[in-house]
Amino acid sequence: MTTALDDERRIRRIAFSQKLSHWDVKISPYLYISPFFILFAITGLFPLLYTAYVSVHEWHLIGGEGDFVGLDNFAFVLQQPQFWIALRNTFSIFLFSMVPQVTFALLIAAVLNENLRAKTFWRMGVLLPYIVAPVAVTLIFSNMFGDQYGLVNNLLGQIGIPPVQWHSQELPSHLAIATMVNFRWTGYTALILLAGMQAIPRDLYEAASIDGAGKPRQFFSITIPQLRPTLIFVIVTSTIGGLQIFDEPRLYDQYGQGGANSQWMTITIYLYNLGWGQLNFGRAAAVAWLLFLIIVLIGLLNLAITRSIAASSDVTATPRNSTTVQPPRQKVTA
Amino acid sequence: MRTSRRTIAAIVAGASALTLVATGCATGGGEAADPDAKITLTLATFNDFGYTDELLAQYTESHPNVTIVQNKAATSNDARDNFFTKLGAGSGLADVEAIEVDWLAEMMQYSDKLTDLSGPDVDGRWVDWKTESATDADGRLVGYGTDIGPEAVCYRADLFEEAGLPSDPAGVAALLEGDWDNYYSVGQKYVDATGKPWFDSAGATYQGVINQVENAYEENDGTVIATENPEVEEAFTSVLEASSTLSAHLGQWSDDWTAGLANGSFATMLCPGWMLGVISGNAPDITDWNVANVFPGGGGNWGGSYLTVPAQGKNTEAATEFAAWLTAPEQQLQAFANAGTFPSQVEAYSDATLLDATNEYFNDAPVGQILTDRSNAITVTPFKSVKYFPINDALQKALTRVDVDKSQSISDSWTQFVADVKALG
Repeated sequence: MTTALDDERRIRRIAFSQKLSHWDVKISPYLYISPFFILFAITGLFPLLYTAYVSVHEWHLIGGEGDFVGLDNFAFVLQQPQFWIALRNTFSIFLFSMVPQVTFALLIAAVLNENLRAKTFWRMGVLLPYIVAPVAVTLIFSNMFGDQYGLVNNLLGQIGIPPVQWHSQELPSHLAIATMVNFRWTGYTALILLAGMQAIPRDLYEAASIDGAGKPRQFFSITIPQLRPTLIFVIVTSTIGGLQIFDEPRLYDQYGQGGANSQWMTITIYLYNLGWGQLNFGRAAAVAWLLFLIIVLIGLLNLAITRSIAASSDVTATPRNSTTVQPPRQKVTA
Repeated sequence: MRTSRRTIAAIVAGASALTLVATGCATGGGEAADPDAKITLTLATFNDFGYTDELLAQYTESHPNVTIVQNKAATSNDARDNFFTKLGAGSGLADVEAIEVDWLAEMMQYSDKLTDLSGPDVDGRWVDWKTESATDADGRLVGYGTDIGPEAVCYRADLFEEAGLPSDPAGVAALLEGDWDNYYSVGQKYVDATGKPWFDSAGATYQGVINQVENAYEENDGTVIATENPEVEEAFTSVLEASSTLSAHLGQWSDDWTAGLANGSFATMLCPGWMLGVISGNAPDITDWNVANVFPGGGGNWGGSYLTVPAQGKNTEAATEFAAWLTAPEQQLQAFANAGTFPSQVEAYSDATLLDATNEYFNDAPVGQILTDRSNAITVTPFKSVKYFPINDALQKALTRVDVDKSQSISDSWTQFVADVKALG
């Protein structure tokens, strides 16, 4: 009797440990990647869904949850001219910051990619503005861009240009804010592009040199096409960042509400004014969700464009003689 | 088995991280039970309350276990945003929070989130209307009055002289005695003589005008009448019409405006007591600012503040004691000497240190006597309810669009103001 019982136990134990190791194989991989997803669920997914919940309710910052109102908050926000002005401003500032930023970053990266003396010094140098806190950048720049007694207008006056209304007019205020963004981010973008350039096989350039292509021709015909994936990465991340711009416009004047006529009020500032100025969280949450949808939409658009570019580049790109035996030459870079 | 244990571990880790964050947000420390335990009291103010390090050091000397940290916000708007956000969140407020009279009514809706500060030793310390507006329906006093803002006129003596106008305080007072139209027409004379602006901004001047209206934006029952009230539109239009020739077109509190305080870009500005500290702080090298014992249209009160003790704080008892000390007449008189914040405490009014107070920066002007007179000249207490602050904010923006930005006409800007008020709904 007793032996039979022992056997049964042993069998069961073996079965159980087998089951454990079976689970180990099946479940462990998921556990290893779970920290990210758990964190994402707490800090990303939960706020997202909770915001959606708030956006369909009347919700006061202090009073808390009120009645369920369906899509009223969305309807209200979409009917406000302020929302559309904010959307316009956001895109305008975004274009003013993105286009020059990527252009200059490309040029800087191309220069840094050459054989310079004190390479590391220059490479670290372009990153310096990125280290400065955005608040500090904004305080300094908004003072420099003062309408009446600012440094920039003073300098413009010296060369006979009438003062620009950096705060009271729309376009100049967008330019000023975009300048702050560019000051901070151009170096960072340049380093990412530089990393991309370093990965371009040197033999392409050698072949081009032998074929008689000059530096500019090499830049446009080799560097830029080869940089496509990096460029797309830079554009996607800066699009998302650009649509969420907050620090710079918030600190651009003493009130931080985007100007008396909403000249530089971005979507996030509008959201802030609704939520924390008017204490109306329901409407602020609706704006947050609208912004989220806009970013998703633009993300999809980016994806579509990327795909079509990738498809077309397969056809047009010069075939790489990849399979031929070649010594790795990338140690030329350093 | 392993799964669940790991999940539990993850949950525990997550939860403890959250607790860490939560405790990190709370201010102060120590046990409330032990009166001698080391504690840190945080004090949040805005603009300049006159609470210098020396003044605060007097408290820490008599209470060696207390460390005081003061945070100053730049504008009352910033302080308000911060206050309501953290009041709603339930944590993060300072132990003692300063609030302004313009958004007092908004805050009184949540008076249960603040500590009841009433007590026999502070009974009758302030002028009645100051205490009444900070007392809720249940009779709880939630704010200790600090200052009130009786308004005089500050002016640059050197610029007056240049324009051939009398430049001694008595002469200026006689010159400006009268209504707003008189203030504007004297200004026109100054502008004609010098070609330079008369006052700083339409926004600040409007504050002087609207604070003489009893029910500007709301009826006593809270009905919003801002957009229909002819008095508001009249004030708006008249200030802007005068501004077209008289204003320096500087947005109040902007970098340009603070620069203007020092570089003589305007000759006069309306001066509540607390503004004296703002001027001397931003233009320390100017010797020509002076104060005249006069105010257009009689008397007026602009601003004035309270100290509150949010109930979410850890050391509410110690904070209450500290707030009571800060708002005692003796300390308020020191704050007045530091920043011109005119006391709201009854006892201070008969105090010789107030009545004899002079301000060295303003050419030894007898500011104590001037502000006492200006305070006695106030006949109207404006009614400010829940919507006062957001409406006034929208109106200030409307003024800025015309006066500073010059991007809209007076009537267009008014139309947009009406729409903005509707959108507050």
